[in-house]
Amino acid sequence: KSITTIIAVEFNGGVVLGSDSRVSAGETVVNRVMNKLSLLHDKIYCALSGSAADAQTIAEMVNYQLDVHSIEIGEDPQVRSAATLVKNISYKYKEELSAHLIVAGWDRRGGGQVFVTLNGLLSRQPFAVGGSGSSYVYGFVDAEYQKGMSKEDCQQFVVNTISLAMSRDGSSGGVAYLVTIDEKGAEEKCILGNELPTFYDQ
Amino acid sequence: MERHYMDSKIKGVSTGVSNVNYVCSKTINKLIQVHDRIFCCIAGSLADAQAVTKTAKFQISLHSIQMESPPLVKAAASVMKELCYNNKEELQAGFITAGWDKKKGPQVYTVALGGMLLSLPFTIGGSGSTYIYGYTDAKYKPDMSREECLQFATNALALAMGRDNVSGGVAHLVVITEGGVEHVVIPGDKLPKFHDE
Repeated sequence: KSITTIIAVEFNGGVVLGSDSRVSAGETVVNRVMNKLSLLHDKIYCALSGSAADAQTIAEMVNYQLDVHSIEIGEDPQVRSAATLVKNISYKYKEELSAHLIVAGWDRRGGGQVFVTLNGLLSRQPFAVGGSGSSYVYGFVDAEYQKGMSKEDCQQFVVNTISLAMSRDGSSGGVAYLVTIDEKGAEEKCILGNELPTFYDQ
Repeated sequence: MERHYMDSKIKGVSTGVSNVNYVCSKTINKLIQVHDRIFCCIAGSLADAQAVTKTAKFQISLHSIQMESPPLVKAAASVMKELCYNNKEELQAGFITAGWDKKKGPQVYTVALGGMLLSLPFTIGGSGSTYIYGYTDAKYKPDMSREECLQFATNALALAMGRDNVSGGVAHLVVITEGGVEHVVIPGDKLPKFHDE
């Protein structure tokens, strides 16, 4: 089973994560409303893509490891720590796993941060896209991303990107899930199919 | 890719050619003129594409002489389609045929790998095209002016060349109108830059 089209973008004071909701097994859609934005900690989420089973398992393991870590240090964990835990699993088992998780969140030290952990690398980026639907929107995100966007602009950018990817990629579709994380906490939102932005041919 | 706007057409292609992992040439022109006001963009195996366009150019010239008038863009596209469909096992090339004719004005046709012929307001093709589907879907508006169209094509090409490792070099654009044909060549360093460059 594979899951696709995820995006995470930093803005001034936080991050926005977005994903579609389709899980496909070959040509069948096995789940049309899956939320691919998983909680790793109060203000750290990860976006799942690739093999559904592998991605969910990694997210659960890191959720547990982060809870233990945060009790040990006595405060909220850093986004970089969460990303490193994901990266450790991805790299150690890179031959067996085929999932890509994008880790994003807010912490006191670094503000909003987005990390990619593809194939076991760890890299901080201003924004990241992943999954099979991401190929179709590389041009769009390259053109439209600007540094220092506001929260609302960022959310609109994420929704537009997911919408475009869903309309071109067969493995992406359904509804769009959005999570906005800032100093105050995480806010989840679901945008139904008929409320997504439409473009010239729709 | 092509853009179709009001009474003109703009076609644009990038120029990299690669042979497995070796770039043979950085400055090939992939816009072939098959008649006065009809051009073809080629993608895929360039050897196959060149062979097909040479044959098509001959057949279209002959057709135009027999009809005693310039060929319709649809006729040119059909010629390409027949060649691609009848030789679909051996060929591996896709084409975009666009031009201007007196009957229907500016038109864009795409001939896909297996020989499907489609008429569209605009179209993109080649390996780099996957990266700009989202961008072109979002930014295309019907009835753009010539400058908007040129800007749209240039931006889309620059974005695709930035992401695709086998696209690159120079950008060629051709503007086809009732009045004639104009070539625009944009070297790599003059292409629009985006946030990460």
